[in-house]
Amino acid sequence: MSEVITPALTAKDFATDQEVRWCPGCGDYSILAQVQRVMPGLGIPKENIVFISGIGCSSRFPYYMNTYGMHSIHGRATAIASGLKASRPELSIWIVTGDGDALSIGGNHTIHLLRRNFDVNVLLFNNQIYGLTKGQYSPTSEANKITKSTPFGSIDHPFNPLALALGADASFVARTMDRDPKHLQAMLIRTHQHKGASFLEIYQNCNIFNDGAFEIFTEKSSKAEETIFAEHGKPMVFGAEGKKGIRLDGFKPQVVTLGEGYSADDLWIHDEKDIFKAQLLTRIFDNPALEDHLPRPFGVFYETDRPCYEEMMALQLEDAKARKAPNLDALLRGKEVWTIQ
Amino acid sequence: MVRNQEVLQDVVIKFAGDSGDGMQLTGTQFTNNTALLGNDLSTFPDFPAEIRAPQGTLPGVSGYQLRFSSDSIYTPGDNYDVLVAMNAAALKANLGTLKKGGKIIVNTDGFDSKNLRLANYPEGENPIADDSLQSYEVIKMDVTKMTREALKEFTMGTKEKDRAKNMFVLGFLYWMYGRDMESSVDFLKEKFEKRPEILESNIKVLQAGYHYGETTETFTTTYKVEKARMEPGTYRSIMGNQALALGLIAASQKSGLPMFLGSYPITPASDILHELSRHKNFGIRTYQAEDEIAAISAAIGASYGGALGVTTTSGPGMALKTEAMGLAVMLEIPLLIIDVQRGGPSTGLPTKTEQSDLLQAYYGRNGECPMPVIAASSPADCFDAVYEAAKISVQHMVPVIFLSDGYIANGAEPWKFPTEESLHPIHVKFKKELGHHEDKFQPYVRDENGVRPWVVPGTKGLEHRIGGIEKQNITGNISYDPANHQQMVKIRQEKVDKIAEFIPEQKIDTGRAEGDVLVLGWGSTYGVIKSAVLELQAQGKSVSHAHLRHLRPFPKNLGELLRRFKTVLIPEINNGQLIKIIRDQYLIDAKGYHKIMGVPITKQELIEEIGNYL
Repeated sequence: MSEVITPALTAKDFATDQEVRWCPGCGDYSILAQVQRVMPGLGIPKENIVFISGIGCSSRFPYYMNTYGMHSIHGRATAIASGLKASRPELSIWIVTGDGDALSIGGNHTIHLLRRNFDVNVLLFNNQIYGLTKGQYSPTSEANKITKSTPFGSIDHPFNPLALALGADASFVARTMDRDPKHLQAMLIRTHQHKGASFLEIYQNCNIFNDGAFEIFTEKSSKAEETIFAEHGKPMVFGAEGKKGIRLDGFKPQVVTLGEGYSADDLWIHDEKDIFKAQLLTRIFDNPALEDHLPRPFGVFYETDRPCYEEMMALQLEDAKARKAPNLDALLRGKEVWTIQ
Repeated sequence: MVRNQEVLQDVVIKFAGDSGDGMQLTGTQFTNNTALLGNDLSTFPDFPAEIRAPQGTLPGVSGYQLRFSSDSIYTPGDNYDVLVAMNAAALKANLGTLKKGGKIIVNTDGFDSKNLRLANYPEGENPIADDSLQSYEVIKMDVTKMTREALKEFTMGTKEKDRAKNMFVLGFLYWMYGRDMESSVDFLKEKFEKRPEILESNIKVLQAGYHYGETTETFTTTYKVEKARMEPGTYRSIMGNQALALGLIAASQKSGLPMFLGSYPITPASDILHELSRHKNFGIRTYQAEDEIAAISAAIGASYGGALGVTTTSGPGMALKTEAMGLAVMLEIPLLIIDVQRGGPSTGLPTKTEQSDLLQAYYGRNGECPMPVIAASSPADCFDAVYEAAKISVQHMVPVIFLSDGYIANGAEPWKFPTEESLHPIHVKFKKELGHHEDKFQPYVRDENGVRPWVVPGTKGLEHRIGGIEKQNITGNISYDPANHQQMVKIRQEKVDKIAEFIPEQKIDTGRAEGDVLVLGWGSTYGVIKSAVLELQAQGKSVSHAHLRHLRPFPKNLGELLRRFKTVLIPEINNGQLIKIIRDQYLIDAKGYHKIMGVPITKQELIEEIGNYL
């Protein structure tokens, strides 16, 4: 008699037989690979995982994950996921969306999902362009962007996605990038671990319509100087030799050089639980082309515990049942009846 | 003193006043009292879209029409026997519909110069002071004064006191129709349990109205309407939206599927959300979404997870849900979309009734996107019809559109309610594992009725992906193959058409199965068509009535049934919608009758119209 052993899952178990159809070189490949890599370690039964997407390049994602999945309609993945989570709280729900899907056509649902705090994970693939429709500017495109629909430059002011998420009272807000697999994996795990609506912005390169949008943050030559990886309880240090830091002058973040009158003790200590500091952090959103700009932050900006919608809904139902046992006949009969002989 | 009691067969009362006068409450209270006496009844509340339209003006008039009878009735009546007018505007707005010789109960305080001016009466003219109402019986009461008088020992302010005016009128009518006031006293006790002064004052004024009738010698006659000769059984009074909510709860209980309602408030559908949110003990999840699109999307998510997903709305909201309905058609999952129709297009007439979303329900989506359409014909019918809609949806894995309208939603009638046991079971089967001959799960494999399996997330080994992109037959994988698309369009259509084999054949509601005229209706015109046809039949005319619950697919025998009549007349509260579909599908020269005024068709109008074909 042999013992039945369920083998541990591997990344491969999460791949489907469908041919992945993103453009060669697309940042989505890396994100898919990291998601498949972290999945086995999360300890969720595969059948309890659901990927829901809207419309856009990134929204093809569910077809490539061997879990439950729905490729829905433009902007509504968040709304569909809300209904699913409300009625099936035990499922692990991942929303895959893009800057157009989540912030333009589906902007309303995104903010409401965050304020309600459903325990779901939002992966926002931000490539600052409309790829699937072949190259129009998006709500996160930088101002004055020349695209097919804006030959004279866009005049829209772009969204700051993390500031928007915090404004909607998201209980978990983080940023990562496609070109840093280790950090991406770490952030995916944190996203999963957080109980409540997790909002993870992933800088993702569209090599066809917006190639190099995040180059300055992702390329070896500039990454160290242009990014800062915030870690909870640690001073905000960056730079190739770790000699630069950000200190707070009142409410104003300021770049300082360590050893030149400042030590690590003078720096801003990152505190994920501090909503005020988190707001400042989201506001570090300078155009890297400007002189004296601050490095772009990555990592978990904010995390807090707040009751989840689906749990409170379930409690209300249980409470109602405890107060009054359901009795369909009594309900149909109502309070006042009369009889005709 | 000795008074006469006159026995009447049929009474129509219209309660009319300013929208802040509490006429809806007065009407519903009198209705409940009437129901408990065993009369047949039918109501028609009619109120402005503004919560408090300018006081005293014609647009601010709120009305509640109640008809009760010792006979079976099917409509709230064309004309009133009694008009209660709390002010000049209420009189002016409703006088045209009062029967000649009818009674007018007026609150004289509502006819001061300000009220007369606001109601657009010419300077110096006062209908209750001159002889313009001499063909009616006018009962004048200074309701305001007598209400204040009754409450003179109460410490509350005059404004507060005046709020009880409607109770005076209610009390007076209770006396006039020989009622006891128990049901309203009980109601007040429950409503004002925590506000003893308000409770006491309301009861006091209610009694004052009653005693006023009793002690004032001017009123010599009270009236009585005997119990109706209705089918034996136990009844309750029910409104359409309420019946609809109960039907959904029953479907959830009988199918074992937890119900999820995604909804965004909209007139006249909001009461379904209100009612359902009170019944959480039945495991009903109600979700007030951020907008109409989120409401249906959340319901789709819940259905995907194995719930009975429902969304409720009215015309403008229906338009917003369109794209998501298409997704549900592609996903082939159950979903109920309930449209309580109102006057359109756009914002249209929010509080007025219309049947103008039928073509939207049929065709209003991108692509070839067939969905079953079911309509309720009366307030109580909402229960049965929505129960059936839920059953079709979950058993055929198809989103279903359910049409009600403002008239049905807010109208009330007696309902011989069913027991849990008497309701047909709703069998639902989730697929839990691979079959013997399957080595891989295929989400779009079908049974003999074209129905695909319902597999919910959490089912081990059956993980799969679905979506709104065209899918390959059987596997459900993305497919842009031309022949596959044609095949899938046909398959989705056939699946809906096939439902005709599971619904009852169309019956003639009233009359013979062949003849000169068949009046074919759907939805809320049921009562008026039936009344008109019964009257014409009594005159020996060859007229029959058939009423459609199933609008898509139609019952199998419908074409054959229609051809047995020389003329098929289709009255609708729209500009001609069912008639287009009937002509299209059966190639018959159906005739239409269209009233698009935001109000129901009257019996007299319809009798005249049918007369044109006899």
